[in-house]
Amino acid sequence: MTVRSLISSPIRRAAPGDAKHWPGVAFMAVLFFAYVYLPIVVLIALSFNANELVTIWSGFSIDWYVKALQNEEMLRAAKNSLIIAVVAATASTALATLAAVRMARDRFVGQSAMNVMIALPLTVPEIVTAVATLMFFAMVGITQGLITVMIAHTVFCIPFAYLPIRARLEGLDPKLIEAAGDLYATPGKAFRKVTLPLIMPGIISGAVLAFIISLDDFVTTFFVGGAGSTTLPIYIFGLIRVGVSPEVNAISSIMLLVSVALVSLSLLLGRGRGQTQHR
Amino acid sequence: MKKMSHILGGLALSVGLTLGGAASAQELHLYNWSNYFPPDLLKKYEAETGVKVTIDNYASEEDLLAKLQAGGGGYDVIFPGPTTLGTMIEKGLVANIGVNKMENFGNVLPPFQTLSVDADRSYSAPYMWGTTGFTYDPAMVPGGELEQSWKELFEPRDELKGNIAMLNEMSDVWNAAAYYLGVDKCTEDSGEAQKILDLLMAQKPHVKVYSNDGTIDRMSAGEVAVHMQWNGAAHRVKKNKPDAVYVYPKEGVTFWTDTLAVPANAPNMDAAKAFVNWMMDPENAAIASNYTGYSNAIRGSGEFLDASLSSDPAVNMPEEYGERLSGFKQCSPASKQLRERVWTKLKS
Amino acid sequence: MAVTENSVGQRRAAWRARAFLIGPAALAIGVFMVVPLLLMAWISIHERDFSGSVVWDSYSPEAYLRFIFERNLDDSLSWNFDYLSIILRSVWLSAITTALSLLVGFPTALFMATRSEKWRAILVFLVTIPFWTNLLVRNYAWILLLRDHGTINSFLLWTGIIGEPLPLLHNGFAVSVGLTYSFLPFMVLPIYASLEKLDPRLIEASFDLYANRVRTLWHIVLPAAKPGIIAGSILVFVPCLGSYVTPELLGGGKTMMIGNLIGLQFGAARNWPFGAALGFALLSLVLIAMTIYALKARPKAGSQ
Repeated sequence: MTVRSLISSPIRRAAPGDAKHWPGVAFMAVLFFAYVYLPIVVLIALSFNANELVTIWSGFSIDWYVKALQNEEMLRAAKNSLIIAVVAATASTALATLAAVRMARDRFVGQSAMNVMIALPLTVPEIVTAVATLMFFAMVGITQGLITVMIAHTVFCIPFAYLPIRARLEGLDPKLIEAAGDLYATPGKAFRKVTLPLIMPGIISGAVLAFIISLDDFVTTFFVGGAGSTTLPIYIFGLIRVGVSPEVNAISSIMLLVSVALVSLSLLLGRGRGQTQHR
Repeated sequence: MKKMSHILGGLALSVGLTLGGAASAQELHLYNWSNYFPPDLLKKYEAETGVKVTIDNYASEEDLLAKLQAGGGGYDVIFPGPTTLGTMIEKGLVANIGVNKMENFGNVLPPFQTLSVDADRSYSAPYMWGTTGFTYDPAMVPGGELEQSWKELFEPRDELKGNIAMLNEMSDVWNAAAYYLGVDKCTEDSGEAQKILDLLMAQKPHVKVYSNDGTIDRMSAGEVAVHMQWNGAAHRVKKNKPDAVYVYPKEGVTFWTDTLAVPANAPNMDAAKAFVNWMMDPENAAIASNYTGYSNAIRGSGEFLDASLSSDPAVNMPEEYGERLSGFKQCSPASKQLRERVWTKLKS
Repeated sequence: MAVTENSVGQRRAAWRARAFLIGPAALAIGVFMVVPLLLMAWISIHERDFSGSVVWDSYSPEAYLRFIFERNLDDSLSWNFDYLSIILRSVWLSAITTALSLLVGFPTALFMATRSEKWRAILVFLVTIPFWTNLLVRNYAWILLLRDHGTINSFLLWTGIIGEPLPLLHNGFAVSVGLTYSFLPFMVLPIYASLEKLDPRLIEASFDLYANRVRTLWHIVLPAAKPGIIAGSILVFVPCLGSYVTPELLGGGKTMMIGNLIGLQFGAARNWPFGAALGFALLSLVLIAMTIYALKARPKAGSQ
């Protein structure tokens, strides 16, 4: 194995008996993080380049950010992205919450089939789903651009919202919910007063996950979208095809920042009481 | 936890409001090439009419046709060339909007008052017109000069191999290959189509990229030495590379026109018609020309044009090249099928 | 905690509750995903209409024939492995990507697993960040690095190592670099999760028994990491197979993968039946990979 040969050479020099230190491993990890972060660093650094020819450095400038934030097409695309992501995240989280609550405390014929079905958007390659949905919408005659994209996004966000909620439910004591059922008159009230608050961290991290997934989606939007559905990724794709420019760098850097902020937020919120990890 | 449900509720509400708001205002959705419509002209239209205009972009006419065939996508105004327009009329994908009866139709120059696929101009108004030749950077080619022949592109010299770029547009590439081989571009003969395919397949390894987007940047940045290009783009290359040469190859040059048309199921038909009429106004047409670098077909737009346009041979074609121009021909379905199959084979 | 129903009424109520709670999600996926996939199967056995769309009143195996035959311009059939080679290229590129990810990912995961708890949390976060940044942004960053006048070529030209820019972009190399970059976290995290569970005392015990590092790695660490390696490989391989954006942007439209070939049938080529048939080919490949995974993973789970 290659892994072995990579690590074997400096091995004998290390003091035996230390489980924490594997020679060569730290080097590979450094290589790994360089590989992962170098492109991002270059991207951000070049977004501050005054020169229009991206890779020739001619001085520090924030002009491209100013230009990007004044670019109306970009702002409109960003607004579309936000609208679609909010709708898709809200709808998919609502659907996923209902399903997860029942699936977690139920056993019935066909349940494993249902599990497979809910995970289907994760299993089927996105390009396949995208073109199948395109044909479906064309046959049915739904052509309203933004609506088709919202529907498609909602569907593929369901498993992303579902998994954290389901994980949260797994970590709960079923007796709590049963007790709630005894305490409150209606199942609806028991759900609102007990189950919902308990699984809220799961719901929130599910919703944030769905939100990010929708915000970042390109393939589905590209194939399913119609008039007025130019989202930020679609807009950036168009720009990249035209060529590299510091303005694309600036827009990309802003998106990067937003994504990182969102993930950090989701992690912080998810931490709360729930130590449940869905991975 | 209560707070959270408030936030979620609030989000849902705000989305509802945004959507409701978007639906109520007059809106017009254009579907166009990227970089082919001046943003200032959009603002002018919005200021004059109060209709909100948005543009989505496609990267090739095949993409436009594919979207329209998949149900229209909710666009109000599209910008197809004659080949695509012809297919769309045949398939009933575009609406008969009676362009010839529009108020501003009188401004259209006589040669453009008819079109092979739309003889009486019921479906379409002229947008821009131009030619498809190629551009080269003298500093990057051996000897600083190339022959005025498609040979330079289809059978490139060794120094230029891997240093040329082609348009990713079926009709333009097919036509150029047909001119070079001396084959009728509406041929129905599979043997002749095979010859075209062979030429293109032999050329393929030497092509750096097939793309309609970014041809200006690619030439300006010196990523390729030779680029099959539309003349307006060639004009815009000269802003960064004043020495760039646009060639009208001697074997023949496609002369094309783009049109404004309205999909049969356009959500906002009235606004779409009004927009088409508005675009036949001399000043508006001139603003579009100044931005795109292509000529328009509207009488009286000359006085609004930038001087740099008329002084550039890429835009204002020298008369001696006139006989090299080859206009659009409506080919038979059999010929179109051959062309499509050659293209699919080339691209796969 | 299974709910046992004994009366008919209770059972009916349970099914009603299921219909109300699970029903909406199932309906959404059913209508907007399962039905479209079935429609795709239906379309794949029809003939294409030359100006796009489908000829509905004709059944034809034409779409599937195209995998290995081609219709010549004079309508005769001949062998053609162009499409098959694109499919094989997709599998090949995905395999390379998986191998590369493993090569870089395993040592990294081992490094992470042997840090203190505080560091581990930070490192996991650092590994996941690129995954959360937009796919297009990530690919764009690689265009900046790899293109003729890009960062890498500029640097190499400046140092004088090369005299001409290396052709790094728009080829298979660029695609596999981009794919590896996109899916690395999927390899690192599962391996890390497996290794984190490994008791360091096991390793120490192995050393105490005079096993050297290679033997310890082989007999203790690797077996512990195996479930993670298998899961990571599948998590990298499967999305790679269906990738569209990376080959489109970094392959320059010439290094196509199945995803791009499918996309092309719904754009320029306008051949829905062939696109649908290709979609099924891709879906089958994914299912095969997942079945292999299921077979590999199960005995492991049973033995623990």
